[in-house]
Amino acid sequence: MGVEVVVEGLSKSFGKQAIWRDVSLTLPAGEVSVMLGPSGTGKSVFLKSLVGLLKPERGRIVINGTDLVRCSESRLYEIRKMFGVLFQDGALFGSMNLFDNVAFPLREHTRKTEAEVRRIVLEKMEMVGLVGAERKLPGEISGGMRKRAGLARALVLDPEIILCDEPDSGLDPVRTAYLSQLLIDLNAQIDATILIVTHNITVARTVPDNLGMLFRRELVMFGPREVLLTSDEPVVAQFLNGRRLGPIGMSEEKDQATMAAELAHREAGHADGAPDEDVRGVVPQLEPTPGLPPRGAVRRRKDRVMSIVHTLPADAQQGIVASLTPEEQERYGVLAANAGGPALTPSPVPRVARLPETGRHSRGGGDA
Amino acid sequence: MTAPGASFPGAGALAEAGKLFALAADVARSTFRRPFQFREFVQQSWFIVSVTILPTALVSIPFGAVIALQLGSLTRQIGAQSFTGAASVLAIIQQASPIVTALLIAGAGGSAICADLGSRTIREEIDAMKVLGVSPVQRLVVPRVLAAMLVSVLLNGMVSVVGVMGGYFFNVILQDGTPGAYLASFSALAQLPDLWISEFKALIFGLIAGVVAAYRGLNPSGGPKGVGDAVNQAVVITFLLLFFVNFVLTTIYLQVVPAKGS
Ligand SMILES: Nc1ncnc2c1ncn2[C@@H]1O[C@H](COP(=O)(O)OP(=O)(O)O)[C@@H](O)[C@H]1O
Ligand SMILES: [Mg+2]
Repeated sequence: MGVEVVVEGLSKSFGKQAIWRDVSLTLPAGEVSVMLGPSGTGKSVFLKSLVGLLKPERGRIVINGTDLVRCSESRLYEIRKMFGVLFQDGALFGSMNLFDNVAFPLREHTRKTEAEVRRIVLEKMEMVGLVGAERKLPGEISGGMRKRAGLARALVLDPEIILCDEPDSGLDPVRTAYLSQLLIDLNAQIDATILIVTHNITVARTVPDNLGMLFRRELVMFGPREVLLTSDEPVVAQFLNGRRLGPIGMSEEKDQATMAAELAHREAGHADGAPDEDVRGVVPQLEPTPGLPPRGAVRRRKDRVMSIVHTLPADAQQGIVASLTPEEQERYGVLAANAGGPALTPSPVPRVARLPETGRHSRGGGDA
Repeated sequence: MTAPGASFPGAGALAEAGKLFALAADVARSTFRRPFQFREFVQQSWFIVSVTILPTALVSIPFGAVIALQLGSLTRQIGAQSFTGAASVLAIIQQASPIVTALLIAGAGGSAICADLGSRTIREEIDAMKVLGVSPVQRLVVPRVLAAMLVSVLLNGMVSVVGVMGGYFFNVILQDGTPGAYLASFSALAQLPDLWISEFKALIFGLIAGVVAAYRGLNPSGGPKGVGDAVNQAVVITFLLLFFVNFVLTTIYLQVVPAKGS
């Protein structure tokens, strides 16, 4: 199973430019988390800090009891073997073809025979839909293909923590949907802890168990998906709806004058493209492809979230309770009726994977 | 590129120098770490040879000729024609050839290394390598630095031979020197350590060119433009360092090794 990543009070700056300050969050073991944020807010920097490629000035990143910010270089190399990282542009080795790129970690870190290497590589290539392109060089393929090859390479050593930097940018919506499905299937199969950095709203709404957002040099929020999906926080609401109205501007922040002008335009009936409907609300989460085992994370997370549900905002509580099956509601001792108000879940059909009723509490799953 | 807490002028430069030395130390340590990247070493050596050999040959012939002609007329003025051969050979082997080698290793070899590593850095290949648990210093930098050192020594040998032959040609054919005197004189003044110091200098120059190129290549200031700047800086920094080190080594050599016949 994946491992938990605890981040405490992390701050990073380049020279005088502060990127973000005092970021604290926990990626629960084996769960899928998404970090949202407008371009340039330091999402990639955050990801690189998590693997020790960049050193934050303050704070701790604890994995299996080791603080990555302060541990030795050799320990860092050990810890990194648990990671599979998909970089923003795939980061393939330009001098090797796709096959050798994907085979690289196997040849470096295992004593597998060439036949075994070949089998594993082809399996991963098929997984990301790149069969037939093994002999191509990274310079000869599209950005989306590079990204998928980068993902295949990240997966080849069965990592316990998978970090993806904008897996969707440069991909069309259909490929993005396949990739989202792939990540969820992976989570079901190997129970890895996954962090996806993105600004794709569909991915953010349907894929993760936990959702966070970076903006204005800090972590605005991080928590169970229901909390952000129903949040009234202006930044989060604006971002999830993809509109101009709100605190996020073309450059990092918006000044009062721009904000007022935009509001005035709107009053005057200016259609700014984005549909007026509010897409917030808890939508059903992506499930593993039928035939695969159910995701252990769903159950663990439900236990964890239900233990803190009373501390969450009312909208989030409603969303959470509404997504429970009747049996689960009974088990956790809540009733959908209690939640009251209009049901936010559009689908009345329970969408949660049914789990065998074995031991109530599963392993791990720290508090967010 | 200012170091945090840079409070006095030159602190930034000192910090950079420190990081450069840290990389050099890392290279030294990684050289002995298995598995040695033999293939990469051979490929890089071949590559550096291919970009430097022709310019080196083209530069060394006129260089040898200029020195021979200059010394030829000078020795005639002071009536020491018999030492023309020795003087020009010494000048070529001890000074001219390491400098020519240095210019080409830094200008052609080092800039290619820097551009290559720089573009890998901005494509995040270096980061990816680190995350995959492979040290880029051991994998990429060590073979390049060793290749630069090897090629530097070989080129230095070549420049010496070509330069001496060029000197001989111009002195004997154009300035009517006598072949016998030219050859006899350099066994009178030149000695084997002169050749060793020359090769030693070339080795050190190769090391410096390789390490500086790798350092600037691994730390470009961001974006493709940054790589161009990095290459530019790598060449200039290397030149400055090489001329300074040449001065130091020459001074030490002249103090330590007594001149022949004195
Ligand atoms: N190595 C670096 N040196 C200096 N500044 C950097 C470096 N990497 C990123 N930055 C800066 O950090 C900010 C955040 O970048 P990034 O993490 O790439 O944003 P995004 O959220 O779009 O991924 C940018 O302003 C960028 O200029
Ligand atoms: Mg980014």
